[in-house]
Amino acid sequence: MTLELSFNQQPGHLRQGSSIGQPLTRRDGFLKVTGAARYAADNHPPGTLYAVLAVASIARGRVASLDVEAAKAHSGVVEVMTPRNRPALATDPDAKDHPFMFRLDLLQNDQVRYPNQSIAVVIAETLEAATEGAALLSPRYEALPARVGLDGAKSFVPRGVGVGNPAVQEKGDVEAGLKSAKTRIEASYETPAQYHNAMEPHAIVAAWDGDRLSIDTPSQGLAMAQGRIAGLFGIPPQNVHIRSPFLGGGFGSKGMISGPQVLGILAARLVGRPVKLVLRREQMFGPVGHRAPTRQTLRMGMDGEGRLTAIDHRAKTASSTFDDFFEPAADASHTLYASPAIATSHEAVRLDTGTPLFMRAPGEATGSIALESAIDEAAHACGMDPLEFRLKNYAEVEPMTGKPFSSKALRECYSQAAKAFGWASRPLQPRLMRDADGFLTGWGLGTATFPALMFQAEARAVLRADGSGLMETGAQDMGQGAWTAFAQIAADGLGLDIDQVDFRAGSSDLPNAGIAGGSGHTATAGMAIHNAGAAVIARLADLATGNEASPLFGAGNEGVVARGGRLYRRDDENRSESYGEILTRAGLIEIEGHGTGAPDPAFQEAYAKHAHGAVFAEVKVDPDFGQIRVTRLVGAFAAGRVINPRLVRSQYYGGMIWGVSFALHEEAITDRRSGRIQNANLAEYHVPVNADVPSVEAILVHEDDPYVNALGIKGVGEIGVTGTAGAVANAVWHATGVRPRRFPIRIEDLLG
Amino acid sequence: MRDFDYIRPTSIPDAIAAAAEPGSAYLAGGTNLLDLMKGGVTSPERIVDISRLPELNRTERLDDGGLRIGALVRNADLAHDAAFAKDYSAVAEALLSGASAQLRNAATVGGNLLQRTRCSYFYDTASACNKRVSGAGCAALGGENRLHAVLGWSDACIATHPSDFCVPLVALDAVVEIEGTRGRRHVTLEEFHRLPGAAPQRENALEPGDLIVAVRLPAEAASFAANARYLKVRERTSYAFAVVSAAAALVVDDGKIRAARLALGGVAAKPWRARAAEAVLLGADANEATFASAANAALADASPSGDNAFKIELARRIVVRALMSAQAGTPERLPALPASPFSSIPGARHDA
Repeated sequence: MTLELSFNQQPGHLRQGSSIGQPLTRRDGFLKVTGAARYAADNHPPGTLYAVLAVASIARGRVASLDVEAAKAHSGVVEVMTPRNRPALATDPDAKDHPFMFRLDLLQNDQVRYPNQSIAVVIAETLEAATEGAALLSPRYEALPARVGLDGAKSFVPRGVGVGNPAVQEKGDVEAGLKSAKTRIEASYETPAQYHNAMEPHAIVAAWDGDRLSIDTPSQGLAMAQGRIAGLFGIPPQNVHIRSPFLGGGFGSKGMISGPQVLGILAARLVGRPVKLVLRREQMFGPVGHRAPTRQTLRMGMDGEGRLTAIDHRAKTASSTFDDFFEPAADASHTLYASPAIATSHEAVRLDTGTPLFMRAPGEATGSIALESAIDEAAHACGMDPLEFRLKNYAEVEPMTGKPFSSKALRECYSQAAKAFGWASRPLQPRLMRDADGFLTGWGLGTATFPALMFQAEARAVLRADGSGLMETGAQDMGQGAWTAFAQIAADGLGLDIDQVDFRAGSSDLPNAGIAGGSGHTATAGMAIHNAGAAVIARLADLATGNEASPLFGAGNEGVVARGGRLYRRDDENRSESYGEILTRAGLIEIEGHGTGAPDPAFQEAYAKHAHGAVFAEVKVDPDFGQIRVTRLVGAFAAGRVINPRLVRSQYYGGMIWGVSFALHEEAITDRRSGRIQNANLAEYHVPVNADVPSVEAILVHEDDPYVNALGIKGVGEIGVTGTAGAVANAVWHATGVRPRRFPIRIEDLLG
Repeated sequence: MRDFDYIRPTSIPDAIAAAAEPGSAYLAGGTNLLDLMKGGVTSPERIVDISRLPELNRTERLDDGGLRIGALVRNADLAHDAAFAKDYSAVAEALLSGASAQLRNAATVGGNLLQRTRCSYFYDTASACNKRVSGAGCAALGGENRLHAVLGWSDACIATHPSDFCVPLVALDAVVEIEGTRGRRHVTLEEFHRLPGAAPQRENALEPGDLIVAVRLPAEAASFAANARYLKVRERTSYAFAVVSAAAALVVDDGKIRAARLALGGVAAKPWRARAAEAVLLGADANEATFASAANAALADASPSGDNAFKIELARRIVVRALMSAQAGTPERLPALPASPFSSIPGARHDA
């Protein structure tokens, strides 16, 4: 089954010539604003039952009893799935074949290892019956004391952090660098646990047909999810068909298939009917990942001219008791500021929480707010303007490795954003600016950075005798605009106008597009699309140049150019032929080509590859109340080639607003005794909305990068969070003279 | 969700008769009740839907100069009623500072009085809460309680009342008109909400079947129209419950305070009328020193119930600012950010 989407792309939005670089509006925008876009939970195959999770209210212990009979006696309840009757799995959900296989809670036993862990699934004819059935289970527990907070358990040094980076790294002699310094600072910062809180909860509609499985569920990585599910159920991956045309946000929480999603599949298996399972908002605080809390300490030394002599960045974080993910916060100090000595280290505790996972800029976001705050403190200690200080310590090569940058237009980012913001008139000392209404006003700066990552992807391109084209890749649109940006790359790759290209994505029966994560999706799947286009055009060119009847016969080494549905002789554009003519003469209905996207090994090791940016923030603070409002954000970013400036700008906006959220709003408040999260709802887990961010500007700085990939694409999804959070914190200091030490910044921190 | 009976009476007496049965709950806007039911916090056996009852959605001027606001008038409709906003701008400002536009479109006047606390332990059915289960204990004590009560709390309960609307109402001597099985009666809003004491599950003066039919503002309330403000400090400019809020209303004549009203929100289990502060204000010179004395009087009995000592100092400052704002005069138009400190600071000193 292929996903059919009819986009409403008005002709007025279409452009002739190259599609890449055009600010097209979202091709799926009309579907979304009219409600026609079908998200996972909107699907409802005939006979669908509703599944509702019963989740643990304790953090640690075991389920002593469940009143299954009471639940089953409730009208409409069809079945209750517990560890006793849960269908068998082919592999242990606690097995871990590789570091990116995370342990799942799939009712394998009666143990509870974090609050909101699934302990049973009630399946019923209606959502209401399933919900009440889950309540009727009235679980009783044997509870053990919860381990809560960064001081709540014994600390250790993890074997690796993030995606397997060493927990401890050092270049040069940090202690000697600090000793030789004229000026030193030492500063600590705490960041809280945060939860992704995508607007769309994790949802699944699962239907079995023998040993074939059909699934609608949001996924940032279709092939990975397909493989994980196939492994758990002992069926071939191709038997698992996942449709994920639209995600209502993912931010990392939909990168790996989560336990509750698999429980939906198990429930369908158990009852032999399609099952729909949608997480409640509070159930997203546990089994689908989060950003772990951190406590970070930075020491910096500076010589008499404000040059860094040493950076020591230590981070303490937490993982769950049963799996490993360690927020690589200190690694943020590897890439931004030149220093002869840099040390980064991590320690961690194991707490009774769900396993933390990748959350938008994992490590970079937490590390950046601490690093950028500390850099600000260091600049102040040296009596220097924070921008001047950053330029003084500008890294011409990657500080930790000494590698050259594949490209780095950070200087241009600083200068363009500073100019747009009006930074030059900023007083050096804090608490000197007030606006006409008497509000304390502060300006702060943060540097943004995120690595330019690529993964593996494939795409299939088809040219048809009717002159149209098809591009297929199992890419995922989380809302970032993949439907549009990839179609633009496909149109260019096929030499067709975008309305002549049928672009298919969001389904696991299409070529593997890798993961929409690490800000690498556009580069990775985009390169696969680009290469698939080139492959099918090459086949087409062979057909033309090898045929005497073609005006392109004999173009040979000169080659041809594909544009607007025609091939042109490169050295004589008066000689051309349409795709349709070439295929029709060859007696072919269509031809196809395949392409892959992957990092180029020739440049992998030789260059440090990062996107960069500079974010300037203005805050207003009520002098008596400490209430803070970010009134202006200006960011400038250089991230290689921009496929669609409108969408890229939106990504920067989203990231920057997330940075505001990090600095001022987001925090999962965990009860210090029970380990339960007390604000697992969107009324009290605050994120900023329009009134909280009156003005955001994102400047796209031109950057050519010949090394990252042939298209020159870096990535824009996560970088906006970095830099911004620190910029807001630094602006709060500049407004008030109070240095934020914990995030989010609270009113009581500023009351004085 | 547990099954429940749903009744839609067509008259007030029918509604009262239905709701007098044990296990009943009135449904009006549903903005709070439905959430509580979905969360298993409350499980009424019978829902008495009064949302279509006639005559409860009108606002009328009374012969004595007072105003009678029907219990089913929507928060948004009341706040955007130009005549109402002119006479009672602090009330309109409070309404518009609460919740979100969508919620205000649904929420009713009567329901606002009856909204439950936002104490997370009340909502978390796995936690002990004396409000939810009498005698169960209070998990908020010793827990995550930086936003909890600093006035009028007890060892049984440290929750706060979350309403913005009720704060200026209690300052302006609003009266709750209640119809019950034994007829109609009037209870001042100040007496309507109860402090927790040893029985935090009893939150107000309502008896089984009692229906709030209207809220009355006495004639005198409009005399503060020129100098009345509501001010709310919150952790997000857009939409958040008050950390602390205050309503202040003054009649100032030749620099002397001839009448004063002051109430605090977010500090106690009820909207907190600060009568001791009013006594300080009455007859005194209208200046910052007087306002500071009033603030001290308002918070004289305050004590932290946990990690919330900062709220006491914050409340003092909000009282001073609210009084200064009231003295400066009610703005011609409601500010774009109603009740927000970011709407303006009166008499701000421009030195740092």
